[in-house]
Amino acid sequence: MSAAELVGMSGSMPESVGSSDGAADDLILVQDFSFYYGAFRALENLNLTVRDREVTALIGPSGCGKSTFLRAINRMNDTIRGVRYEGDIRVAGQSIYQADTDVADLRQRVGMVFQRPNPFPQSIFDNVAYGPRVLGLAGDKADVSERTRLALSQVGLWEELGDRLDRPALALSPGQQQRLCIARTLATEPRIILMDEPCSALDPVATLAIEGLMRRLAERYCIVVVTHNMQQAARVSDRTGFFWLGRLVEFGPTNDIFTLPQEKLTEDYITGRRG
Amino acid sequence: MDASRAALSRTTRPTRSGNRMEPWIERAVRLAGLSAIFIVALIFIFLIRLSLPALTRIPLSAFGDLRWYPIEERFGLVSLVVGSLLVTAVAVGIAVPLGLVTAIYLGEIAPPWLGDILKPLIEILAGIPSIVLGFVGWVALAPLVQRLGAPTGLTAFTGGLILAYMALPTIISIAEDAIDAVPKSYRDGSLALGATRWQTIYRVVLPAARSGIVTAVMLGIGRAVGETMAVMMVTGNAAHVPRGTSMLFQPVRTMTATIAAEMGEVARGGTHYHVLFLIGALLFLITFAINSVAARLVGRRRTGEGGG
Ligand SMILES: Nc1ncnc2c1ncn2[C@@H]1O[C@H](COP(=O)(O)OP(=O)(O)OP(=O)(O)O)[C@@H](O)[C@H]1O
Ligand SMILES: [Mg+2]
Repeated sequence: MSAAELVGMSGSMPESVGSSDGAADDLILVQDFSFYYGAFRALENLNLTVRDREVTALIGPSGCGKSTFLRAINRMNDTIRGVRYEGDIRVAGQSIYQADTDVADLRQRVGMVFQRPNPFPQSIFDNVAYGPRVLGLAGDKADVSERTRLALSQVGLWEELGDRLDRPALALSPGQQQRLCIARTLATEPRIILMDEPCSALDPVATLAIEGLMRRLAERYCIVVVTHNMQQAARVSDRTGFFWLGRLVEFGPTNDIFTLPQEKLTEDYITGRRG
Repeated sequence: MDASRAALSRTTRPTRSGNRMEPWIERAVRLAGLSAIFIVALIFIFLIRLSLPALTRIPLSAFGDLRWYPIEERFGLVSLVVGSLLVTAVAVGIAVPLGLVTAIYLGEIAPPWLGDILKPLIEILAGIPSIVLGFVGWVALAPLVQRLGAPTGLTAFTGGLILAYMALPTIISIAEDAIDAVPKSYRDGSLALGATRWQTIYRVVLPAARSGIVTAVMLGIGRAVGETMAVMMVTGNAAHVPRGTSMLFQPVRTMTATIAAEMGEVARGGTHYHVLFLIGALLFLITFAINSVAARLVGRRRTGEGGG
């Protein structure tokens, strides 16, 4: 089975869910994927396709495996001892669980934004410049500055802080810190951005700013976001997946999931009767 | 002791008598803090007082003499200062890189079970009395150094090796604690950007742990500068100024060793006696300077975390 066959760059994959919009590319392909912490099975036989230039929201009660799934896509789970997986995940047609997979390269293409803003204890500039410098993306100093400026502009921080880039990142407000973390990821030129409850540590205003940002970023990137906030999922996402005890119960266009869920579990959860 | 323990246990209950104890506890704590400062000041005044006669009896230029022959009233400090510097430089040159690399290995790379075995062992190393280390250095290390081609095994280099060994546990434990205290979220942030583990250690973890690492290095150096017994046993104790390319492999005498060796035999109140105290005051100032530099480095890091 060749990579090109599987990714089907035109989006004509048989596996693609909800065939209404054939224009978007299928970028992440999850096949019979299971994941274990030791003997505990945290993910069970997942099958789904995530499309480019869309926001895909993952919802579900605490402990159902949303974060585990997200970390499986950029292999951050590798940092935990005693884990095991079955099945496969393909990103842009390539299996990411091959023996010769370049994990650093994968993580550059698949960025991640964490629940708690985690800027490095360095200057604002150095935070964003970190990726280009370390990954050797930038040619010279001017190039580093240009990439930093671009990334900060994309998250709206250039206008706010352009003249104060040498200030410590930890002095920013939590909302600014989270946007800085998004800029830091953008500066490495990823295709995909994974966000694990990116707003749960933020106030409502900062939350709205991040949500607007997600919508704008979805014009150029593939975004997968975990959220506990039903309204957020409804506002921001094109497709929604509902996890329950390590299984993907339902996955489809956000509108359908929230207006006419096919499964009783989904309905109970989004109407607040369960979870 | 009993009274203070009773006072403490009373404050754990939220009673009115507990509230009444509060000002007294505060006073006791303040008194303890002030008396620590007072004692240090007292020691320093004592040192200055006893070294002043040396400064009045001998012209300053005489301390620049290359020879230290107290019997002939020659009190040149150069050989002692150079001896201390050489031994300390060797110790720092070996202990700092080795200690930091070990700390990085323990904190970032070694599997947890290995760390659980190694860390207590390292703490035990720190507890070995220096005289025992000196003995080991004399019996085991000195012959090895001599085989390297030195005229004698008792040299500045031998002393530096022993001191490095003594400073290592301090540097490793404190630096490893500092590395351990760096939040996992920094590492995750870096790895998730596509940085390798080494890039993450070098560019995120170590800078974030910098203040603790500086403290570790400074305490290690402090230990090396102040150590006496072991050094006295393995440096050969020749008070001459080492010269040339082989200066590391010549016998030297350090400031601490001089005080320890001669204090017992000098006439109380004689010039020699006061010069020894002058050397002590000098040592005090050097240690004080090292600590101040360390405090500056740590402080700067805390306030201006941005940096370059
Ligand atoms: N490092 C780990 N070791 C062992 N078990 C883990 C580990 N991380 C998560 N788990 C378990 O795996 C399951 C899924 O966890 P996960 O963090 O993916 O859930 P989640 O859906 O993200 O929950 P939340 O909404 O609370 O963030 C949980 O039962 C959790 O206890
Ligand atoms: Mg989670």
